[in-house]
Amino acid sequence: MAVATLFFYLFSAVAIASAVMVIAARNPVHSVLFLILTFFNGAGLFLLLGAEFLAMILVVVYVGAVAVLFLFVVMMLDIDFAALRRGMLQYLPIGATLGLILLVELVMVLGTWSFAPDALGLKAAPVPALANVTNTEALGHLLYTLYVFFFQAAGIVLLIAMVGAIVLTLRHKPNVKRQSITQQVARGPATAIEIRKVKPGQGI
Amino acid sequence: MEIALTHYLIVAAILFTIGIFGIFLNRKNVIIMLMSIELILLSVNINLVAFSSSLGDLVGQIFALLVLTVAAAEAAIGLAILVVHFRNRGTIDVEDINLMKG
Repeated sequence: MAVATLFFYLFSAVAIASAVMVIAARNPVHSVLFLILTFFNGAGLFLLLGAEFLAMILVVVYVGAVAVLFLFVVMMLDIDFAALRRGMLQYLPIGATLGLILLVELVMVLGTWSFAPDALGLKAAPVPALANVTNTEALGHLLYTLYVFFFQAAGIVLLIAMVGAIVLTLRHKPNVKRQSITQQVARGPATAIEIRKVKPGQGI
Repeated sequence: MEIALTHYLIVAAILFTIGIFGIFLNRKNVIIMLMSIELILLSVNINLVAFSSSLGDLVGQIFALLVLTVAAAEAAIGLAILVVHFRNRGTIDVEDINLMKG
């Protein structure tokens, strides 16, 4: 159990430190890289909690897709980030005050909070023993039966996000030459070839 | 020392606070604000999975999966809006987004 404790403190310390670096780094590319580190350590915490599938999904979805998307956008936009950072300290007092108040409130809630006595009896879907089915299998059994509509809704959300992102960012430049397949197919000998009489000794 | 549910909840609370703090600190840079929102959603996910593991109820992990989906969609749409806005205005300074002020 000591190893699990050690890894918990390691993962949470690195996650918190890199989360601080996400919001404090001078260069946004560094911010994105620290965000990736935070997500990796979050995945480690998930592993410690026994949620292997979610840990792997976190790595695949966040590190593989979302963070790379952030990286693309940061590198694609030509922005003077030094100018954006100017006047940042002006918001430090109010941000620090609000954050501190929030943290104190959250910790106070955690300090006095406890499970309701009958909470354990209200389980909607108890976790099966790991010897019988793996976490992924148990999650799949639940997701494709009881929560299949939520699963479909999640798919629709992703589809709409994809369509929305394409619609928002697609643009047709007027001067770009594109292949027009209908024009190419409709082109026959009558329009493609022209026969001319050329007199000897003269060009066209 | 045994790691209990409270430890995870405190880590999640700290991450949540850092996310809120990041939104206030980087009032000009929309990209960092979006990253702060991702941090907040990660802390919520840690909360859900910690409760799921502590109570032995698998539904918390289903919730976390759905939150993950929505977070990915939100990041994609947010960044798309950001790119379009940058094309139109040439800046991503939040203080310049004031066309609808009237």
